[in-house]
Amino acid sequence: MAQAQQKTDRQADDATVVSMTGVNKWFGQFHVLRDINLTVQKGERIVICGPSGSGKSTLIRCLNRLERHQDGEIRVHGIELNNDVKNIEEIRREVGMVFQHFNLFPHLSILENCMLAPVWVRKMPKAEAEEIAMHFLDRVKIPEQAHKYPGQLSGGQQQRVAIARALCMQPQLMLFDEPTSALDPEMIKEVLDTMVELAESGMTMLCVTHEMGFARKVANRVIFMDEGQIVEQNEPEAFFNNPQSDRTKLFLSQILGH
Amino acid sequence: MTKETQRQSEAGVPVAFVRREDAPLLPPPPSQAGLVGWLYKNIFASMSDFGSIGAAVKSVLMAGLTVILLYFLATQFYGLLDFALFSAVWSDPDGVKREACWTVEQGGALPAGWHAACWPYIAAKAKFIFYGAYPEDQLWRVNFAYVVGAVMLVWVMIERLPYRKPVGLLLLTAYPVLATVLLTGGGFGLSATTVGIYTILGLAAITFGRLGKLGRITGPLADLAQIAGVAGWVLIFLAAILVLVGVDFNLPAVDTRDWGGLLITLVVAITGIVASLPLGIVLALGRRSEMPVARFLSTVFIEFWRGVPLITVLFMASVMLPLFMPEGVNFDMLLRALIGVTLFSAAYMAEVVRGGLQAIDKGQYEGADAVGLSYWQSMRLVILPQALTHVIPGIVNTFIGLFKDTALVSIVGIFDLLGAAQSTLADPAWSTPVQGITGYLVVGMLFFIFCFGMSRYSMYMERKLSRGHKR
Repeated sequence: MAQAQQKTDRQADDATVVSMTGVNKWFGQFHVLRDINLTVQKGERIVICGPSGSGKSTLIRCLNRLERHQDGEIRVHGIELNNDVKNIEEIRREVGMVFQHFNLFPHLSILENCMLAPVWVRKMPKAEAEEIAMHFLDRVKIPEQAHKYPGQLSGGQQQRVAIARALCMQPQLMLFDEPTSALDPEMIKEVLDTMVELAESGMTMLCVTHEMGFARKVANRVIFMDEGQIVEQNEPEAFFNNPQSDRTKLFLSQILGH
Repeated sequence: MTKETQRQSEAGVPVAFVRREDAPLLPPPPSQAGLVGWLYKNIFASMSDFGSIGAAVKSVLMAGLTVILLYFLATQFYGLLDFALFSAVWSDPDGVKREACWTVEQGGALPAGWHAACWPYIAAKAKFIFYGAYPEDQLWRVNFAYVVGAVMLVWVMIERLPYRKPVGLLLLTAYPVLATVLLTGGGFGLSATTVGIYTILGLAAITFGRLGKLGRITGPLADLAQIAGVAGWVLIFLAAILVLVGVDFNLPAVDTRDWGGLLITLVVAITGIVASLPLGIVLALGRRSEMPVARFLSTVFIEFWRGVPLITVLFMASVMLPLFMPEGVNFDMLLRALIGVTLFSAAYMAEVVRGGLQAIDKGQYEGADAVGLSYWQSMRLVILPQALTHVIPGIVNTFIGLFKDTALVSIVGIFDLLGAAQSTLADPAWSTPVQGITGYLVVGMLFFIFCFGMSRYSMYMERKLSRGHKR
């Protein structure tokens, strides 16, 4: 931990995408995040797991200011996340997010969903934005749905559109907040396949998920959280085969038990 | 029987089953489709159950009730048609005025017991009911303003036409200026100093906004710079309006005290409708803002205007306001009423829009934030289009309410449609027992046409907007 501290104190080098130092957060009286220290290097793929209410979603939501941390320092690409709206907007441009419930804009077509931010935030010409949108829709394998509306798509397709929408901003970091938890079992695979492919392309990813198969397959690091703290982190093989903490062992036995 | 279905559980229920052939796809029974289905669903649904004695009695009663209601509707509707069309007096060829609508008992020529509309009276008073005391030889100005407005409005409403956006923009910016100049005559005198001050302030604000955008201004002033750009353009726009209404177009001035009838109703209603929607949206956003000052001010404004009856607002505007003004400063009574009506309905509009904003899922705000949209961008592009679509019925409800509430301006001496029609009733030259009924029938029908039109257009909009994104 002291080592991590030292590292963030120095000006973050280019390879550091995220650094969280001594981050604390409260919801009213409730202490949701306790002394979080985390550094993410470029190209790392991290899976965060833990029981519900352990603060894992809150942690990644702090990284693009959907939640405000009260104590400690968060830097994304060396930019400090504070009350300065300019910093927040700059960080959000570089950080894509995929939500549990997709959060697509229902009044816009799939293509418009993907073009919205590039056109308005990056001030990209419409033709170029459309080209990029079609490129990423192609990558998530639904270019033929471009002119439909989100309500006309299945859950799995909607989630893949949400991934494409985030990618259209060409972010440096992708956050996934339980991307498969709201999906029917038969649709989980198509979303996971997209995520695996994204991981293989070298994207820096932070995923909150319970898909342990995904964690084994693509993660460099698995982080286990409980009661707002990082309890254990390790490479996936070591994490699953040889967990150190009792809480991790209990958690793993519960989710892998059957 | 397949082997699987023969295997049965202890309770005798088959546990395994394999379908070898698809069940056939059949057409729906007649009660679900076609003319019979329509009749069943819309007319006979409540009276076709003869399954038990109770249900049969109910069915017969329902059928009887339907017949009675239909008879009642038919006679009433015929009564109305008879009054307005079949038995009505249509012309007054001899120019005898009221005597044209008198029965024999009253000294006229119509049969005893005659009771129907007296249209020559409306024809004689039409100019006053539609335009008030507006000078006869200047009516073309009003009509020209109507035609231009109607053409532009229809253009914007018909989706197949090109250039709908620029026409809409002109309708909201240039048209009000044109209408003001046409209706009042313009030539208010041009105060070069005022125009100059507005222009300089506007340019300064725009520059400030630009600097903010380039990142030259930091700290708390940066937020101010964001608004300054918009405010600057508004000031420049105001200056342009002042110049335009200041120029003398050689049109005779028509004092607003001479306006009346439908003209007043339309001016008050349309101004109120057009101005109260954006104001209401800003107030609703303010009330939900995270900035305590904006929230407090919006809440106070909304609660104040909702807490006062419109009549009080109009009385305040006409009687009390001049008392607070310095001597010699006197601004137009109609303008005061317009401002009062607009602020009043903006408060209602704000609450309607707030309802829509609250119906939007938190995920939409987060989705917009996460892709990097700024507050105003996410409101304009993501939140408001959805929120306003949800509350179209409420918005149009407020519009229709506002349209009908314009009748209240007659109590402060402005002759709106109802006030103008009522004042013609005092003319003894047309005094007949049917004079009042005819007059009110016309007023009622005019109000109904406008309100029903708004209602139908809103239903069309709702269908159109919900087509794409049914959830």
